[in-house]
Amino acid sequence: MSEAAKTHSPLLLDMKNICIEGFADERWHPIIKGVDLQLNRGEVLGLIGESGAGKSTLGKAAMGYTQPGCRITAGEIWFDGQDLAQAKTREKRDIWGTRISYVAQSAAASFNPAHRLLEQTIRASKRQGERNDAELRRDAIELFDALNLPEPETIGQRYPHQVSGGQLQRVMTAMAMSSRPDLIIFDEPTTALDVTTQVEVLASIRNIVSQFNTAAIYITHDLAVVAQMADRIKVLRYGEEVEQADTRTMLSDPQEDYTKSLWSVRSLEKPEDASDDVLLSIDNIDAAYGTAKVLHDVSIKLPRGRTVAVVGESGSGKSTTARVITGLLPQSNGTVTFNGKKLPPKLSSRSKEQLRRIQMIYQMADTAMNPRQTVGQIIGRPLEFYLGLRGKDQERRVIELLEMIELDASFYDRLPDELSGGQKQRICIARALAAEPDMIICDEVTSALDQIVQEGILNLLQRLQNEFGIAYLFITHDIATVRAISDEIVVMWQGKVVEQGMKNEILSPPHPAYSQLLLSSVPEMDPDWLNNLLEQRETEGDGVIKAQD
Amino acid sequence: MTETNQQAAPSAINETSAMRIRRSRFDRLRILLSRAPLTAWFGMIVVTIYMIAAVFAPWLAPYGEAEIFAKADDVYSKEHWLGTDQIGRDVLTRLLFGARNTVGIALGTTLLSFLIGGGLGLIAAIDRGWIDQVFSRGIDVLMAIPSLIFALMLLAIFDSSIIGLILIIGVLDATRVFRLTRSVSLNIVVMDYVEAARLRGENMGWIMTREILPNILPPLIAEFGLRFIFVFLTIAALSFLGMGVQPPTADWGSMVRENARWITYVPYFPFQEAMFYALKPLLPAGCIALLTIAVNFIVDWFLHETSGLRDV
Amino acid sequence: MLRLFEVIGKRLLLGFVTLFIVSLLIFSAISLLPGDFAQAVLGQSATEDTLAAFRSGLGLDKPLIQRYFDWIVNVMRGDFGSSFSGRNSSGFDLSRPVLEIMAPKLRNTVFLALVTAAVAVPLALILGLLTALFRNSIFDRGANGLTLTTISAPEFFLAYILIIGFGGLLPTIANVKPDMGVFERLRLVALPTITLTLVIVAHMMRMTRAAIINLLASPYIEMARLSGASQAEIIFRHALPNAWAPIATVIAFNLAYLVVGVVVVEVVFTYEGIGKLMVDSVGSRDIPVVQACALIFAATYILLNLLADLIGILTNPRLLHPR
Repeated sequence: MSEAAKTHSPLLLDMKNICIEGFADERWHPIIKGVDLQLNRGEVLGLIGESGAGKSTLGKAAMGYTQPGCRITAGEIWFDGQDLAQAKTREKRDIWGTRISYVAQSAAASFNPAHRLLEQTIRASKRQGERNDAELRRDAIELFDALNLPEPETIGQRYPHQVSGGQLQRVMTAMAMSSRPDLIIFDEPTTALDVTTQVEVLASIRNIVSQFNTAAIYITHDLAVVAQMADRIKVLRYGEEVEQADTRTMLSDPQEDYTKSLWSVRSLEKPEDASDDVLLSIDNIDAAYGTAKVLHDVSIKLPRGRTVAVVGESGSGKSTTARVITGLLPQSNGTVTFNGKKLPPKLSSRSKEQLRRIQMIYQMADTAMNPRQTVGQIIGRPLEFYLGLRGKDQERRVIELLEMIELDASFYDRLPDELSGGQKQRICIARALAAEPDMIICDEVTSALDQIVQEGILNLLQRLQNEFGIAYLFITHDIATVRAISDEIVVMWQGKVVEQGMKNEILSPPHPAYSQLLLSSVPEMDPDWLNNLLEQRETEGDGVIKAQD
Repeated sequence: MTETNQQAAPSAINETSAMRIRRSRFDRLRILLSRAPLTAWFGMIVVTIYMIAAVFAPWLAPYGEAEIFAKADDVYSKEHWLGTDQIGRDVLTRLLFGARNTVGIALGTTLLSFLIGGGLGLIAAIDRGWIDQVFSRGIDVLMAIPSLIFALMLLAIFDSSIIGLILIIGVLDATRVFRLTRSVSLNIVVMDYVEAARLRGENMGWIMTREILPNILPPLIAEFGLRFIFVFLTIAALSFLGMGVQPPTADWGSMVRENARWITYVPYFPFQEAMFYALKPLLPAGCIALLTIAVNFIVDWFLHETSGLRDV
Repeated sequence: MLRLFEVIGKRLLLGFVTLFIVSLLIFSAISLLPGDFAQAVLGQSATEDTLAAFRSGLGLDKPLIQRYFDWIVNVMRGDFGSSFSGRNSSGFDLSRPVLEIMAPKLRNTVFLALVTAAVAVPLALILGLLTALFRNSIFDRGANGLTLTTISAPEFFLAYILIIGFGGLLPTIANVKPDMGVFERLRLVALPTITLTLVIVAHMMRMTRAAIINLLASPYIEMARLSGASQAEIIFRHALPNAWAPIATVIAFNLAYLVVGVVVVEVVFTYEGIGKLMVDSVGSRDIPVVQACALIFAATYILLNLLADLIGILTNPRLLHPR
C-alpha cells in the first residue's frame, strides 16, 4: 500500500524466536511460543488472531515492553540496530514515544483525565527536545487537521472526557505521530467503535501512516479491517504463527485450515423464508429511562418460526426494545401482542405461562450464568419452575437437552468456570430451550465469541429452529451474522425503526439514507473496499448522513 | 446441515481454551492450605487455641470466675500461677473466663450486626428504589457519628448491661455491614443471571438466597472477620473506660482497667516490682491484641486468595 | 461551571442536613432518660419543689420540638447550658456552664490532634507511596506485617508498651497546665502522640498504598510508560493529579478516626482533654456535658468528611471542565 514497502528498504524491526510467559495460578504459562517477525521501513504489517492468540502481547514486545506479570524468556528484538530484549529500561524510554509509538484499543481509558489533549499529544516529542513548544503545538494542530478532527485549532484545549470515542482514537493517533516515529503499534484501535465511526478512523489512520511513510504493526481480530490497512498479514493462534503472506494473497488463497475457518461466518448464508403467521407484534412503542425517551414509535413484527434480525449501532434502541418485550422496561405507549393476546407491560403482571413462552439469551454467557450453580442446576431450574419436573425426570431431561446442544452428560456437574466460551453460550441456549418457548430473544449472542465458535453457535440455533419452530428476535450489530441467520431485518437508528423487510430486500439498494451509511460502513474482505467506499462517498457528496461521531 | 452437525458435535465438547481443571472441594481446600503463608497459619492456630479456651473455660480454669482469695495483689505462686488481682481473684481463671465472655459478646454482637445490616443491605440492593433511598440516607446519618462516641452517649443514658451493650454496638455496627452488603450486592444484581431469574418469574426470596447470597459470601466472610475485630476492640475500649462489661463478670478490657492503676509509675519502680505491675494489665491487653492480630492475618490471606488479586 | 456549583451546593446541603439530624439525635437523648433522673442527679433528699424547679430549669415541661430549637439556638451562640454536677438537693445551684468546663479541655485535645496529624499525615503518605512503588519487596512485606499488628492492637496496649519502653525517658502522665510553654507541652504529649501516630499511620499507609496501586493499574499509566515517561514523571505528572480525591478521603477518614482514638489515649495518659471529659461525664451521668462533647466529636467528623468530598469534587476534571 505504501510506496516504501515496494522498494526494498532496509529492515527496521527484526524479532527472532520470541518467547513470552505470563504468571497465573501460581505458575508461568507460555503466551508466545517462538514467533519471528520482520518489518521493513514504511511497511504495514497486520497481526491477526482471536482472543488469547497473543497478538497484543507480541505487539507490545516489539517495543521491548511486557505487561506486569509477563516476561520475555527468549529471543531477540532488533530495532534499528539495537536489541530491545536486552536494553535497559532507560534506553528503551528514549525510544518509546519518540521512535516507536503505541496506540491503544480503549482511547477513553488511555488518556489521562487530568490533562488537556494537546499537552498529552506533544508530551513525548517534547522530551525528544528537537523542536520547541510552539512548533510542536502548531504541528499537533496540523495533525489534528490531517486526521479530520473537527475544530483542529481548539480541540486540543479540551479534556479527554469532552470528546467522543472516535475523536479520541484519532487524537491518540496524532499523539503517536507527533514525534514522527519510525514505527507505530496500533492495538485494535477501532474495535470499541461503531462501524460508521470506524470507517472514518480507519481512513484517517491509513492516510496519515502513508503520508509520513511510517512503518506500523496493526493488531486486530477483524480480517476485513486488516485487509484495508496492511501490506502483509501474519496470522497468530495460541501464541504461534499460523501463516504469513502478502495481503492480497492471504485473502484470495489462504493455505492453512485455520485461516480458512476465520472466513467461515462470512460465508454462511441462509435462504430467506417469508411467513404471514405473526407470533409477536409490537406496535407504536414509546419507552423512556426516567425522563430520557429512548424509543420512538417502534413497530416490529416477528413471524412464527422465523428469525428477525434487529440491527443498529450502540444507542439505536435495539436492546431497549428487547427490554420492553420482556417486561423489564414497561412501555409508556403502544402495545405488545403475543400469540394474538396483549401482554401486560409489567413483568410482575405477566403469568408464568407468558414468561415461559418468551426466553432470552445474552451476549456475555459469563455473566448470564450464576457461577455458583452447576450446569445441571442451571438447566434444571426452568424445568422445575415451569414444567414441574423434579428428581430423575429432571435429570433425564437435562441430559437430553445437553445432547441437543451437542454436549453430553459429563457436563452435568460442571460449574460455568469449567467451560469454554462457546460451551457457556450453549448452556445458555439449553436453559432457554428447557422452557420450551415459542420465541427466544438473542441479544448479540455471538459477538463475544471467536469466529469459529460463532459458526457453531449459529448452526446450532438454525438447527433448533428447524426442529422446534422457535422464532428468534436476533439483536446484533454485525451484518455478517445477519446474513447468516435472518429471514427479515429491522434497521434501527436513534430509537426509531428506519426500515423493516425481507433480508434480500433490505440488503440490496436502494436504501434509506441511514441504512445506506450503516451497510456500506461494514468492512468487506476486499482490500480495495475502503478506497472504493471513500471514492463513492466523495462523489455522492451529501447524499449520506454524516456519521454521528 | 447434518454433515456440519456431526462435525460440530465433538468440537463443542472438546473446546478447551480457558477451561479450568475440575477439583473437589476437599482438594481445593488442601491446595489453599498448602499455599497459606506463615502468618495465616499463626492466625489459625491462635484462633483455635482461643476457641478451646472459650468453650472449655469452666473445665480448664482452676477456680470459679468470681472466687475471692485472702491474698490480694499476690505474685506468682503454685496456687495462683499468674497471681491474684487487686481484690484477690485468681488471674489465670479470670483470663480463661474472660476469653469466654469477651469473645462471646463480640461474636454475638457481630452476628447481630450481620443479621440486621446484611438483611437490609440485600433488600436495598435488590429494590434500588425508594426503600434503598430511605435506608441509605438513614444510615449515612448514623455513620456520621463515630460509633465509640455514639455508644458512650447511649451508655450515659442506659445502664450498661451485657444485652444492652450487644444491642447498642450491634445496631451501630450494622450500618457498616449494610453499606458493604449493599455495594457488593449491587455488583451482582446487575448481572444477567439475576435478570434471567427475574424474567423466569422467580420471587424475591429465591433471588436473594440462591442467586445473590452465594456470590457475595467471600467478601462478607472477610468483612465478618474485620467487623469482629472492630466490635471486639470497641467493647474492649468501652470496658477499659469502665462503661462496658461490669464486674464481677470477667472481661479482658475491664481486667486491664482494674490492674492498670500503677502502670504509669512502672518506669520508676525497681525492675522486679516493675515487671509485676506491668504484666498484670499487659496480660489481658496482650490477649486482646493477639486475637485481633490473628484474625487480621487470616482475613488478609483470605482476601488475597478470594479477590483473585495476584499482584506480581 | 454551573454544574460544579450545583454539585458543591448539593454536598454542602447534605452535610448541613446530616449535622442537623445528628444534633437532633444527640438532643433527644435526654428525653430517653428514665423519669426519675432528676432524683438521681439531685440526690434522695431533694424535695418536690427543688425537683420541679430543676425540671423546669431544663425546660422539661415544654414540648420536645421547642426545647430542641431553644437548645440549638443557644448552642450556636456558644451556650451549651450548665452542667449537672454541682447541683444538689438543697436547691442551691453551684453548677458551672458547660462551655467554661469544656473550653480549656477542647484546646488541649485540639493541640494533641494537631501535633499527631502533623507527624502522622506526611509520614503515612510517604510510607504508603514507597510501599506501593516497591510492591512485594522485603520493605513492603515488613511494613505490611508491622502495620497489621499495630492496627490490631488496642490503643491502650500500645500505650502501655510505650510507657514501659520509654517511660524512663518521657513523661508518662501528660498533666498539662494552662500556663505551660509549647516545648513543655510537646514533651508531655510525646507518648500520647506516638501512640496515636502508630495507629493512624498504619491505617493511613495501608489505604494510601491501596489507592496508589489502584491508580497505577489504570490504562493511562501504561500508556504513559509506553510513551517513554520516566518513573518520576509517571508518579508526579500522571498519577498525582488524579490522586487528590483518594488521598483526601484517606486523610479525612484517619483524622476522623483520630477523634475516636483520642478518647482512650487521653484516659491512659490522664490528659485533660475533651475525650477524658466525655468519659468522666458519662461516668457521672452529666448529660449536658456528654451532649456537648458528642456534638463536637460528631461535627468534627462530619466536617472532615465534607472537606474530603469537596477536595474530590474540586480536583475532578469531569466536573471542573464539563462538556
